[in-house]
Amino acid sequence: MLVGEVKSIKELYGLDLIAPGHRACAGCGALVAVRQILMASKKPLIVVNATSCLEVTSTPYPQTMWKVPWVHLLFENAATAASGIEAALKALSRKYGRQEHYIIAFGGDGGTFDIGIQALSGALERGHRFLYVCYDNEAYMNTGIQRSGATPLGAATTTSPVGSKIVGKVQNKKDLLEIVAAHRIPYAATASPSHWKDLTNKVRKAQSYDGPSFIHVIAPCNRGWYFDPSYTIKVARLAVETRYWPLYEVENGRYRITHSVPSPKPLEEFLKVQRRLSHMLLPENAEVLERLKAYVDERWERLQKLSACFT
Amino acid sequence: MVKVETAILPGGVVSRPGSTTDYKTGTWRVKKPTVDLNKCTGCLICWIYCPEPAILKRHDGKIEFNYDYCKGCGICAEECPPKAISMVEE
Amino acid sequence: MSLLQPKTLKPMSTSEAVAYAVKQTNVDVIAAYPITPQTIIVERLSEYVNNGELDAEYVAVESEHSAMSACVAASLTGARVFTSTASQGLALMHEVLYIASSLRCPIVMAIANRALSAPINIHCDHSDVMGSRDAGWVHIFVENGQQAYDRIFQAFRLAEDEDILLPVGVNIDGFFLSHAVEGIATISDNEAAMFLPPRRTKYYVDSSMPMTFGAFALPDWYFEIKEQVASAIEKVPKKLAEVEKTYYQMTGRMYGHVGAYKTEDAEVGLVCAGSAAATAKFAISRLREKGIKAGLLSIRLFRPFPVESILPHVKGMKALVVMDRAMSPGAPSAPIGQDIKTMLYDAGINIPVANFVYGLGGRDISAAEFESIILKMVEDLRSGRPIERGVRYWGLRS
Repeated sequence: MLVGEVKSIKELYGLDLIAPGHRACAGCGALVAVRQILMASKKPLIVVNATSCLEVTSTPYPQTMWKVPWVHLLFENAATAASGIEAALKALSRKYGRQEHYIIAFGGDGGTFDIGIQALSGALERGHRFLYVCYDNEAYMNTGIQRSGATPLGAATTTSPVGSKIVGKVQNKKDLLEIVAAHRIPYAATASPSHWKDLTNKVRKAQSYDGPSFIHVIAPCNRGWYFDPSYTIKVARLAVETRYWPLYEVENGRYRITHSVPSPKPLEEFLKVQRRLSHMLLPENAEVLERLKAYVDERWERLQKLSACFT
Repeated sequence: MVKVETAILPGGVVSRPGSTTDYKTGTWRVKKPTVDLNKCTGCLICWIYCPEPAILKRHDGKIEFNYDYCKGCGICAEECPPKAISMVEE
Repeated sequence: MSLLQPKTLKPMSTSEAVAYAVKQTNVDVIAAYPITPQTIIVERLSEYVNNGELDAEYVAVESEHSAMSACVAASLTGARVFTSTASQGLALMHEVLYIASSLRCPIVMAIANRALSAPINIHCDHSDVMGSRDAGWVHIFVENGQQAYDRIFQAFRLAEDEDILLPVGVNIDGFFLSHAVEGIATISDNEAAMFLPPRRTKYYVDSSMPMTFGAFALPDWYFEIKEQVASAIEKVPKKLAEVEKTYYQMTGRMYGHVGAYKTEDAEVGLVCAGSAAATAKFAISRLREKGIKAGLLSIRLFRPFPVESILPHVKGMKALVVMDRAMSPGAPSAPIGQDIKTMLYDAGINIPVANFVYGLGGRDISAAEFESIILKMVEDLRSGRPIERGVRYWGLRS
């Protein structure tokens, strides 16, 4: 058993590091994920935030929702900012006895997959001790739902609309975790706030390593995915149960599916509750649907094979 | 909104952690959650899924809502295992 | 020269002198990305760190954007931070430069001034720093290696002053200075430590006081927060003078905001910045030998523009020649020309100003050329010919 393993919700109660009154939309999936991650985190903690919905809605000057030291510089440099803080604390603790801190950097999918991937890659390669969390709502939500490298095939966004000639996004989602894992960092994992125990324990595991770690967490966005705000967790759960969002980890290069889905729900169940994807169920879009299904199936199969290698 | 006058620190540093509580997001709500305490088991599933957080644990272990901040998203009602929470019109 | 002037000088390139000074400041974090002609500075610093001569974290980032980003974050955490760049590197840092000043980070950066692409060119001009002159940084130009060495200490002490808390750029002409070797008078490590004790700051990133840095400000607050940078930078001339005074007591060396040479009775003043000042100084001496009343004003503190320090020198002058090593295409004047003309207008001084852009991409300028520019101005004044307004380009092949 993992030291410091989270076993029940009750042990997390009272550990909130954010305050209410923030301006995130009702039912924001990112905020649920961030709350859970912070509650599980080791202390003392410093949070770094890329420009994102999270950053904007959490710090309406002169207020802040954060109860931990928090730093935001720009859109694409959260991983570098974390590097700078880590380096500073290393030097200052060595020279002047400053206290070392755990560092968590949050970036959205835009700030991580796309504009911030260079900074992320650099920080992972340099080996700074910090946890990077990509909360993935699969589009540029802060600027009004534009497609990103994380947007799935076929999804409607404001820059990949369902047109009469082109139906939603033409490309598949970038497989970010594989890119991250290719840096051979000690720990990388996917997670979902619907599976809070899996997520919170992955945070603790990530932070147990003296090096960079990465968690890719799904963050359903009712505004951009077009579902009822009360469905946020339901949608996240469906993503896991349809194998759309496999929960797995790569620990020191060893793959492991952390939540097996032996009899997955049809992918259609995940698609039909979101208007960004439900058009894929129309007969004329059958081909796009098949391509998405193939992507999901191939990924799962690959992960199963990789997991099998290490058991 | 409560108007809090703050001296501007160098660089616009915000020195009051958790100060978004100055702003009551409860006014955003269209529907509000109510809990049937006879059904509530105190499992805190609603609390772990609340984005605010606007759910509190009472002394008896059951839950209550902080309507100052609850935006009425309804995740709690959707996720409550014993279906103890229902959303009602404001 | 003061009696305090040390007898022995260490031969060093300006880059090596800068690196040596940075080592002596006991800097905590260096985050940098190599770029010609700055590279030697960070190479030397890497050696100091890896040889255990400097107890600092050297963050070998993957771009200049990240160099400045890491510097800002480290500075907010309370560290003493240094970086160095040039040209495209400074351009790539551009958006982060504003974060550094607006979040009040006392970073010191050496800029080995170099032309901007295209065409790609690795040689000196001031296009890089001029492109970021509104980013809220203090900018100092140096004329030689000694100034570069001394200014590094002064820059840190100025930047870290609680009344200032602004980043400082120390501008070193690429190659002309960065690679030029001269004898450098150094201070001892003890003197450096006395002049620059470890950084102390009131607000920094730490769980003992969980504060939010870089919040989202709407129209109701943004303006006031942003204006802080302007208020702080206005305090720089006075504060830098104090810093220099202290440094002078230790070393006998003092440079001021502007390097004035034979301006007392000058009729024509030549204004420039950087390494060209030494060449111009030589030209002025030669003109004086010929009985031409010319003087030199070398802009040493560029941001904030030291109006109060320059004005007394120009009050009796009949005309100015402003030499800019950068373009401002489409603007009525080149960068320093704009500042000088604004200064004169505000002071109610209506004298002709000839504004030349020269030396782009490392093209040399000789003392003879400076002489001819000034002589032409003197002749025009004597003959009553109108002085050509606007920007002229000096030294282009015809």
